[in-house]
Amino acid sequence: MDSGTVGSWQPSASLEALEMRARQSAFVRDFFASRQVLEVETPVIGRFGVTDVNLDAIPARVSSGSGWPDPNAWLQTSPEYHMKRLLAAGCGPIFQIARAFRDGERGRRHNPEFSLLEWYRTGFDDQQLMDEVAELVCGWLGAPTPRRLDYRDACRRYAGLDPFTISDADLAHHCQRWLGEDLAHQLSRDDCLDVIMSHEIEPALKSEPPTFIQHYPASQAALARTSVWDGVTIAHRFELYVEGVELCNGYWELADAPEQRRRFEADNRLRVAAGKPVRDIDSRLLAALDAGLPDCAGVALGLDRLLMLKLGTRDIADVLPFPIERA
Amino acid sequence: MASHSTNEFRSGLKVLLDGDPCVILENEFVKPGKGQAFNRVKLRNLMSNRVWERTFKSGDSLESADVVEQEMEYLYTDGEFWHFMLTDGSFEQYPADAKAVSDVLKWLKEQDVYTVTLYNGAPLTVSAPNFVELEVVDTDPGMKGDTAQGGSKPATLTTGAVVSVPLFINIGDVLKVDTRSGEYVNRVKT
Repeated sequence: MDSGTVGSWQPSASLEALEMRARQSAFVRDFFASRQVLEVETPVIGRFGVTDVNLDAIPARVSSGSGWPDPNAWLQTSPEYHMKRLLAAGCGPIFQIARAFRDGERGRRHNPEFSLLEWYRTGFDDQQLMDEVAELVCGWLGAPTPRRLDYRDACRRYAGLDPFTISDADLAHHCQRWLGEDLAHQLSRDDCLDVIMSHEIEPALKSEPPTFIQHYPASQAALARTSVWDGVTIAHRFELYVEGVELCNGYWELADAPEQRRRFEADNRLRVAAGKPVRDIDSRLLAALDAGLPDCAGVALGLDRLLMLKLGTRDIADVLPFPIERA
Repeated sequence: MASHSTNEFRSGLKVLLDGDPCVILENEFVKPGKGQAFNRVKLRNLMSNRVWERTFKSGDSLESADVVEQEMEYLYTDGEFWHFMLTDGSFEQYPADAKAVSDVLKWLKEQDVYTVTLYNGAPLTVSAPNFVELEVVDTDPGMKGDTAQGGSKPATLTTGAVVSVPLFINIGDVLKVDTRSGEYVNRVKT
């Protein structure tokens, strides 16, 4: 299929793919309806973006006539913060099929605008939520039940190194084969670990059964709570890989407002170091955490990638009617 | 000098990497959801002709390389340089050194047209057309009547290239040869 003729009016996805997308949405809604998980819709345009150093929100402008005090707004990179405010308001378990936007992300598995299935389970921890992710994904794809592999063991097995104890210099040296000497020594520790994830572990998982990678280093906790195990701090964060495709990212959610604020501030320091603009911290989210986020686990799953796996295609353009070049 | 960011990387783009001109073959965007974005790029180093794989941070840039391909007619060699002339009517001539012509030497025939890759205005490589027609200067005598099948023998062409040909080929025959495989295609003229 022709994947990128500029000016083409035709969709890049086949009619069959569009039909399968509709069936996938129906499957997801049935799955959650039968479990009494409430479907919600939250704003795509928000006052706040994200501080996350590796996520670039797309700016939007809203005129003051709309009742908006400041014309600057952001297309949401995920519905997470709004959904957590609903959780703090006592809505109970919720899910959403949302549009999310991330600037600069375009490749065979990326489009700047994409569909996220995000859901939160009150009273669940990361292990229980993984069970539910497995039921949903394997129920839809007919895939075998995923195994669970610690991040540390994945690095040991597929890259031959311990991500918690390896020195910065050895880590950079390990990554030199892909990055060249200069870039390898200039990147941060987490950047180097990301190289190993995308260049060594992901490709190895292509020929493995579905795999949850769990218990990430604390430096990659994002919005997950952490524990100290065997002398190292791990994050209660997981990702599911099916045929080497990163499908979802989940947390046993951090409910501690002061700790969340510290992480947002640390993000902004990383942004400064990376020469990126600082982003306003979402004070409404922090106020909601202060008011009390119920104990819960949450996960965001890429629906376009799930459909790619269902249809056995390697190019996201095959499942999007109009990827960014045609939009 | 112009530069190109990773999001402009396309197959065919010529860039400078570690000081050498390279052509981009493939560019793949990879990014763990919460992680740093990278571009995994495959390039052919035009100096060594080797394929390199290199990963860049998304958004980083490489300088563009002044590399152009031109159609030129081969004129002659003075032993040190092989001289080519633009076919655009300008009669402009370019001397290529032994390294630039090393791959094409055994297919090089005067007045034939070749693709010359210029780097900073000097010939970097010369590549042959997919098919060339060359005369046989040496081979075992042809066997009459045997035009269809059975057996082959070596034949030396005017350029010194040796190709495997059917038994009916004679000295003086002109052959069409596929330069990519080095294989005999057919006899053009007896």
